[in-house]
Amino acid sequence: MGTESLPNIPGIEAGIDRTPAEKRAGTYLERVHEWIVTVDHKKLGILYISYALVFLLVAGAEAIMIRIQLFFPHNDFVSPYTFNRLFTMHGTTMVFLVGMPILFGFGNYLVPLMIGARDMAFPRLNAFSFWISAFAGLLLYYSFIGGVGLSGTGSAPDVAWFAYAPLTEKAFSPGHTVDYWAVALVASGIGSIGTAINIIATVFCMRCKGMTLFRMPLLPWLYATTSFLVLVAVSPLTACQAMLLIDRYLGGHFFDTQAGGSAILWAHFFWIFGHPEVYVLVLPAFAFANEIIPVFSRKAIFGYPAMVAASVGIGFISLSVWAHHMFTIGMTSFGNAFFTLSTMLVSIPTGIKTFNWLATIWGGKIRFATPMLFSIAFLFQWVIAGLTGIMLSISPWNWQLHNSYFVVAHFHYVLVGAIVFMIFAAIYYWYPKVTGRMLDERLGKWHFWLMVVGFHMTFDVMHFPGLLGMPRQIYTYESDRGWTLLNQIVSLGGFIQGIAVLILVYNLVHSYFRGRDAGPDPWDAWTLEWSTSSPPPAYNFVVDPVVASRRPLWDLKHPEDPDSAFE
Amino acid sequence: MKLRAIIDRGWILLGMQLFCCACAWGSPSTSMFQPRSTPAHELKDLSVFVLIICGLIFAGVSGLLVYAIVRFRARKGDTTEPPQVFGSMQIELSWTIIPILIIVVLFLTTSRVLFDVQDAPKPPTALDVIVVGHQFWWEFRYPQYNVVTANELHVPVSSKDAPRPTYMKLTSADVIHSFWVPQLAGKTDLLPNRVNEMWIDPQDPGVYLGQCAQFCGTEHAKMLLRVYVDTPEQFKQWIANQQRIQPELNLQAASAESSPNPGNAGIVQAAMNRTPSNSPPTRSNVAEVSGLEPQEISPRAGQYVFEHQACISCHTVAGTVATGRYGPDLTHLMTRETLASGAALNNQEQLLKWVGDPNQIKPGSLMPAMHLSDRQNQQITAYLMTLK
Repeated sequence: MGTESLPNIPGIEAGIDRTPAEKRAGTYLERVHEWIVTVDHKKLGILYISYALVFLLVAGAEAIMIRIQLFFPHNDFVSPYTFNRLFTMHGTTMVFLVGMPILFGFGNYLVPLMIGARDMAFPRLNAFSFWISAFAGLLLYYSFIGGVGLSGTGSAPDVAWFAYAPLTEKAFSPGHTVDYWAVALVASGIGSIGTAINIIATVFCMRCKGMTLFRMPLLPWLYATTSFLVLVAVSPLTACQAMLLIDRYLGGHFFDTQAGGSAILWAHFFWIFGHPEVYVLVLPAFAFANEIIPVFSRKAIFGYPAMVAASVGIGFISLSVWAHHMFTIGMTSFGNAFFTLSTMLVSIPTGIKTFNWLATIWGGKIRFATPMLFSIAFLFQWVIAGLTGIMLSISPWNWQLHNSYFVVAHFHYVLVGAIVFMIFAAIYYWYPKVTGRMLDERLGKWHFWLMVVGFHMTFDVMHFPGLLGMPRQIYTYESDRGWTLLNQIVSLGGFIQGIAVLILVYNLVHSYFRGRDAGPDPWDAWTLEWSTSSPPPAYNFVVDPVVASRRPLWDLKHPEDPDSAFE
Repeated sequence: MKLRAIIDRGWILLGMQLFCCACAWGSPSTSMFQPRSTPAHELKDLSVFVLIICGLIFAGVSGLLVYAIVRFRARKGDTTEPPQVFGSMQIELSWTIIPILIIVVLFLTTSRVLFDVQDAPKPPTALDVIVVGHQFWWEFRYPQYNVVTANELHVPVSSKDAPRPTYMKLTSADVIHSFWVPQLAGKTDLLPNRVNEMWIDPQDPGVYLGQCAQFCGTEHAKMLLRVYVDTPEQFKQWIANQQRIQPELNLQAASAESSPNPGNAGIVQAAMNRTPSNSPPTRSNVAEVSGLEPQEISPRAGQYVFEHQACISCHTVAGTVATGRYGPDLTHLMTRETLASGAALNNQEQLLKWVGDPNQIKPGSLMPAMHLSDRQNQQITAYLMTLK
């Protein structure tokens, strides 16, 4: 077979459709129609990401309100009823309407481009998945005005994002708050499962000529792992929502403790979904790091086979750790010991990944562009998040830490410090590909530094109220516990992060109209998506690419020292 | 560089914060690093060990990272590519095996503490307490003494020479709650349809604070918890007092004064005897009309109102007709320092406010505002003040 990546056909540029966007687009209505009926993976990816960014702002606003309420002990900025709705909606939104859609959005956009395909395996399923997820979001937020809404605080769910039974049963949650929550999650789950099937089929069936599984970039590898996790994890969630609705409307007694049901059953179901879900969210973040860190260190990823093995290993191990959320629920000591060990084992593959990133940087020539700044901050924060994770896996210590602000700080370290930071890195890295324009670097630096300062003020300090006995999900606290000052620092940090995100929003809009022209390959990168124009045409590649190594563009740029010679 | 400096400064500040918090708020405290009971001690020692290991790992990894970022930054004008390295089996093996060894150490240490604390055999001298979680308060039952109380748990001090640990069986009447007093032990959940167990052996007398640690509904935040560790004598006295029942304050006499034969006729007569009022009937004066209420503000009158309103469907006052089980046992209400599960101090002013409308103190509390008249509220408060 050929040892040269990408056929270098003379005159290929002439084949590219260069009609200016304004002329192609048609009237306003036609354009809107085009976006609604589209089955193009890139447009659906953009829809997913924009939809998630809108909800990021909404859930961020909820977080700011939570932090205002907790600024003073016995504050009455919002009522307890409202506060409980705020943190429930904040959690549910961030996981189901921000995290999953934005990661699926990037997956949609990038996976076909990176494996040299022209679209996803099932374009119509793709569109269906997006629209049903969008419907789930609208349904969940309709709860604020639906049901008995518009009077008082509406029907928004107020049972915390893990919605422990039997609080969700009719006896304790009359009205429709829980129904909105359950039905919205079922709908969003259907969308997630559709997308997961699609990504798996795409990765395994649509790779271009020459791209064996072991020549595939790491991003599609991690997305395939994530998608398998979604298939395994989201199904129990959907099942337990169905059981809950049966309890509420058809007289079932799965979780109805007053009729002999089990509260622990719900906890098991939810966390069998809930813990793999963390890895569903964090593996794509790893995927972004796997692409961005090598390019800005100017080195190939260190230990590619180990990285693949570690990612798939995380996928498997993460299915056996769920009950570490339940160390205080009254398991036997052997049960506690088992889940302590299985949880600790996750740190082996994640450790391998961390060290491989470190080794990738080692000996490189690091360029500190905004995507790399976010990635470096991610590395630090990921190490800390991993270590607090080890602390939480120590089941006896977990009896103290569980459900305290220490846990809140830990999982925000993972969700914000690792995942959101890598999402920001990915936005700065791939925005030029998506829009054809660079994001403003100066605003990017402002965004980064404010975000880092705000993040550490908020989430470093947040560990300490937990160690001092402050439980989570409380709308107010006593002034004599020594938590006041700590909470005030946490809140101030939160406000700073809010400003940072607004800068990003401004940058996204501003650069779309005024940004510097990006060209096809602004970062001098090596994977296939950078070989086509920015934004890519609807058909992605003029000619089907053929690859001979993991870094086809490196081979093209360095014919004297191609990767393909070593593989 | 800058990032590192900022993070470093942050950590130093945080260390100072923690130090201040640990020192300035001595007692009562909710810090898990000031243990006063064996389980909490063992957990703290384990946590310090784990903290040290994690601290060393963090120092090592972040040190390498900082070094790499500074050492391998791109120099100005250098456009060449660095040498491409694709990996090394030996290095991969080393950072697989070393973490495995660390995990073996951590796991074995953890298991020892885990089995020590969770499976500790119960000595015959142990005190039994049954803890029942309610939305949003705690019920404590002492089966060995036939005592029931609420929100403020009293346990005896336990010393090496005279061990008297407290073994608790925990369950819930409605949704999941969690019993957490950081200075005494880790938390244990209270689940409906299930009994969990935990134990404490506090070594110093005093008050220990905690609160519900599992979101249980609207007022989860104000489901506070106080544990009083008494000396053996104090505890004996406390138990003896709790076992006392409350007298009926000559209830029949109170009604007999206005009507010797309380029946329909009596009620009608009482209603007719009432001074006609110009104000339209409100809920409170309807309540007054329906009963034969003594007008004076006294404990005796208060008991009459208490026992003729819905109060007794939920509350118990041992020795009287009040035998409700849904709300806290009020038999010795005034021996408790706080009201509404720690949401307010237990004094006349707060009691009156609470009886009038619990939502003023604890919005979302399951005790409804009874819409009684001001006088009735004062009468009930006067009665409650006698429940010592």
